[in-house]
This record gives sequence, structure tokens and C-alpha cells, in this order.
Amino acid sequence: MDLNKLLKAMLVALPIMAISACSSTSESETDAMGSTNGSGSELNGGGVQTGGIGALLSPEEQQRQQLEELRREHIIYFDFDRSEVQTEFAAILEAHGTYLVEHPSVRVLIEGHADERGTPEYNIALGERRAKAVAKYLQGMGVQPSQMSVVSYGEEKPLDFSRTDEGFGKNRRAVLVY
Amino acid sequence: MKILAKWLALAVLLCSTPAKAALDIVITEGVDAARPIAVMPFVWQGTGTPPQAIADVVMSDLVRSGTFKPLDELGLPQRNIGAVAQFQANAWASVGAEALVLGSVKPYGADQYLVSFDLIDLVKAQNQSLKGAVSPTEFLMDSRQTVISAAQFRQYGHRISDIVYEKLTGIRGAFLTRISYVVVNHGQKAPYQLMIADYDGFNEQMLLRSPEPLMSPTWSPDGRRLAYVSFENKKAEIFVQDLYTQVRTKVSSFSGINGAPAFSPDGKSLAVTLSKDGQPEIYIIDIATKAIKRITNHYAIDTEATWYPDGKSLLFTSERGGKPQLYRVDLASGKVNRETFEGEWNMGGSITPDGRSMIFVNRTNGKFNIARMDLNTRFMQVLTSTRLDESPSVAPNGTMVIYGTTYQGKQVLAAVSTDGRFKARLPVGQGEVKSPSWSPFL
Repeated sequence: MDLNKLLKAMLVALPIMAISACSSTSESETDAMGSTNGSGSELNGGGVQTGGIGALLSPEEQQRQQLEELRREHIIYFDFDRSEVQTEFAAILEAHGTYLVEHPSVRVLIEGHADERGTPEYNIALGERRAKAVAKYLQGMGVQPSQMSVVSYGEEKPLDFSRTDEGFGKNRRAVLVY
Repeated sequence: MKILAKWLALAVLLCSTPAKAALDIVITEGVDAARPIAVMPFVWQGTGTPPQAIADVVMSDLVRSGTFKPLDELGLPQRNIGAVAQFQANAWASVGAEALVLGSVKPYGADQYLVSFDLIDLVKAQNQSLKGAVSPTEFLMDSRQTVISAAQFRQYGHRISDIVYEKLTGIRGAFLTRISYVVVNHGQKAPYQLMIADYDGFNEQMLLRSPEPLMSPTWSPDGRRLAYVSFENKKAEIFVQDLYTQVRTKVSSFSGINGAPAFSPDGKSLAVTLSKDGQPEIYIIDIATKAIKRITNHYAIDTEATWYPDGKSLLFTSERGGKPQLYRVDLASGKVNRETFEGEWNMGGSITPDGRSMIFVNRTNGKFNIARMDLNTRFMQVLTSTRLDESPSVAPNGTMVIYGTTYQGKQVLAAVSTDGRFKARLPVGQGEVKSPSWSPFL
């Protein structure tokens, strides 16, 4: 019976470990979950290696981890000349919105950006509309307007300098900055 | 060792060429249509070397105008003559050029030089020569002399070009003008620089350097001030900077967008874009009192206003029709009229100084190019074939447009004549160059 429980717990814990292991390779700097992982470490002195296991998580903790994971994504992308939030980015904004509602003293700056097509002045307007669409989305979740500020950089701060369709896609974005 | 030395020499050469190439204009189209003209090197009547080759300045001005094509000086029938008195009309009988510029430079005291030049109508001289009676008063179009310092050689060269150009075309020359633009060196601590240079890229000077974006520089009608947008305080704000005193005045810092400034023809106010009331709208700010007046009122984007030459209306970009198009608003009545209908988008418009045409960015089949529309006939002509064209700015004499474009993956400046015949890429240094603005006559 006890063995069965352990197996069940492992079934839950293992995928989480796998997810966090994957993400920690790409974005290891702000890894808040590192302590709960069964990650091994190498001791330089004696050459010994330690091992461990992941902690068992309640459903609430799991959800919390998922939200934290999502909040690490702070950029959402837009279609050409459009400023509607795409459904594929809803989960990311939900995570940020939940966090901001839970922490009313936290403020976020929403940057709006455009790709390099069209005039710089029009793109400033477009970038602002994108940032405001994100602010409106978060406000709809209960985030206070006083927690959010908006700035548009238009096409002045591209992420990608290739000026290809792929590059344009990366530059049409809103960035949440805490 | 020898090979290493060769490689080193090559490396030095490669490193040093961009600095030299930085001042070379690349004419991409329109040389064939240009009118042949003869410009003779000015005769140096001093000892040692002259401060600068003034005829070179004149020659490159005439080439850059897109209107003229100087002949190779080695093929000219007379050499080393500096005044009309030495000109022998019969020697020039078979030269296929409409005019000859010649002159001399003579030391005239400490750091002073007497520069003289003559402009000869070659066609008249050739006709006179055929008739047998040659009198210089018949074919001398202009003759001037002045005393300048060594530092003024380039400037006086431009002055000569202005005179020659106006005598031969009837249009005032715009060679004694400047341009302002923004240079961006991504990766540097303060990547954004607001620059000013002679119209040909010489005498480049930095006016402002910032870690945050600088945008939309534009000249006051007296050529003394620039208005621009700076994000130095992590938000868009409009500043006016005096070019001589370097004094900066913050003109607009409302919440949201403060952008796209444009001086009124009297220089007293700025048309700007503000989004403080929700959507981007056009306002007019009195620079002295900071009083603002709202001009447009629509839920769509309204931005980048410029003034009609009479100061009574504004041209602006609006997407009130669904896609960005150009509209005119009458300032007295507030009445708005749509001006452009061709192509998918039309934006970033301005009216030429003569009030007869409109220069703007046109998007057709997803391509962004500079276009001109005749305001009478409503005929639209796409002038350029470069990529991602933006920020067109018209020379004060209306003959040329400078604009931002993309060449080999980099933002550079380019020029096109308002008739679309002459096309050139402008000198580039390090980094991306954008947002050019042509000064008024200085």
C-alpha cells in the first residue's frame, strides 16, 4: 500500500521535475523553484556528488508553481498592425494578473513595441495601443489601474535586427517590466 | 613575416576606408539624364598648397543636385585658366556643356583668401564665336569675388554652387543647408545620438546623446532650433533645443505619447501628437506659453501632423478610415478631408514648399516607398524602389527628398529628386541612421 502511494506521488512529481529541468536549462537565472527540485550538485573539493528527491506538492502549490513558471514569460506578441491580445498569450497574462491582484503594492510597466514597417510616429501610436490592450486585459482581471503604467517605444527598440518577417514578428510585442 | 605585414597593411586599409567612404554619396540612378557642365579647378595664385580645392565642393554639389553632370576636367580644351579674360571661345566650340565655372584663389593677408569666380554661358559663347564677334559681356552670366578665411572654403563652395544652380535652372540652390538625423549604435551605453551636418554629410556634430531613444527631429523655420522627442526620462517628451546656445526647453510632457512635433510656419507653435486624453490626437502647443489646443477628435489613431505652407491647415495621418491615410484639417473650421486613396496605406506626409505637391510614405503590395502626389491633378507617383522607406523630408527648394531606408540590413539615409529621376544613397558612418530632417534655407 505504502509503495503504491509512493508510486502515485512519483507520477505527479516526475513530470513537474521534468518541466522544471527543461526550463532551468534555458532560464536558470531567476529560478525560484530550484530548491524544491531533486537536483544533484557536484562538490568540487572531494569530487563527491549528492542526490535528492523533489518535495511532494499540494494542488495549490502545483498551481502556484505553474503561475510562477508562466510569469517568467513576460513578452507577448501581436499580429501585423493589430493590437488584440491573442488567445495563446492569455495564460501568460492570467499568471501576471493573478500575481498583481494578490500583490496590490506591486507595480508593472507595460512597454508597447512595433516592427520597423511604417513610419516611426505611427508605430509609436501602434505600440501604445498594444500596451494599453494588455493593461485593459489585466484590468479586466481585477488589477488596479494604479498598479500599471504604459510606455510605447514604437520601432525604436527592436529585439531582432534582421528586418525579416520572422524578425518583425519578434518586434511586435508588449513587455511586462516589474 | 612579409605575409603578415601584407595582412596588417590590408587590415589597416580596411579599417581606414570606412572613414573615407563615409563621405561618398552613391548615385544609384539618374546620371544619364543630368545636364553636362564644365567646372575647372580654381587656379591657386599663392605659394605652397591651397587650403582646400573649392571647385571639388562645387562639382560634388552639382552632381548631388541630380541636375548636372560635370565633365572630366582632363578633356577640357583649356586648362589652368582662372578668369573669363583667359577664356578663348573658339577653343570651346565642340564642348558639349551648357556652362563653364572657373575661378581663382589668392592669399589676401593672414588666413584670408580672395576667391573669384566666373560663370560662362558656353552655348552663347559658341554661337558668338561662330559669328566671329566675341565679347565677354555677352556670355558672362555671373562674376563675383569675396574674401574668406581657410575655414570658410567649403561654405563658400556651396555659395558658388547656389549661384550657379539658380542661374542655370531658375530655382534657388539648397547647398547651404543642413540636415539633422538620429544615429543609433545598439550595444553602446548611450546608443542614441541626435546629429546635425551640412546637407552633404560634412561637418557632422552631435547635439545630444542619450541611453534612451531620440526621435523625430525637425527644424524651426528660422533654422535656429530643433524640436525632437526624447525618452531620457523613460517616457516620451518633446524638447526644443537652440542650436547655438544649446539651451533645451521641455515643451510637452503629458502622460502617454508626446510625439511628432512640427513647427508652424511662423515658428511660434508646434503641432504635436498627444494621447493624454486616450487616443493619439493632434494638438497645437504655443511654445512660449505652453497653451495647448486640441485639433482632432477621433477614436482612431491621428498622428504626424505637418503644416500647409500658409499655416492655415495641417496634413496628418489617421486610421479613421480603417487603414492609415492622409487627411487635411482646416484649423479655422476644424473640417477634415481625406487626401489619399491610392495604395494600401499612405502616411508621414508633408506639403512641398511651393504648395503644389505632397510627399509621403506609400504602402502598395506590402512595400513601403516614398511617393509624391500632385495636389491639382491628384496624380500619384511612387518615387523610390528602396526597402522600408520612412521619414521623408523635403529640401527647402523642393527639388529633393531625403528619407530613411534599409540597405543591406542597415538603416541608412537616401535621397530622391521630387521628379523621381535621381536616386542616391547618402554617406553612412557607424550604426543605424534614421529620421532625417532637412533644414530651411540658412
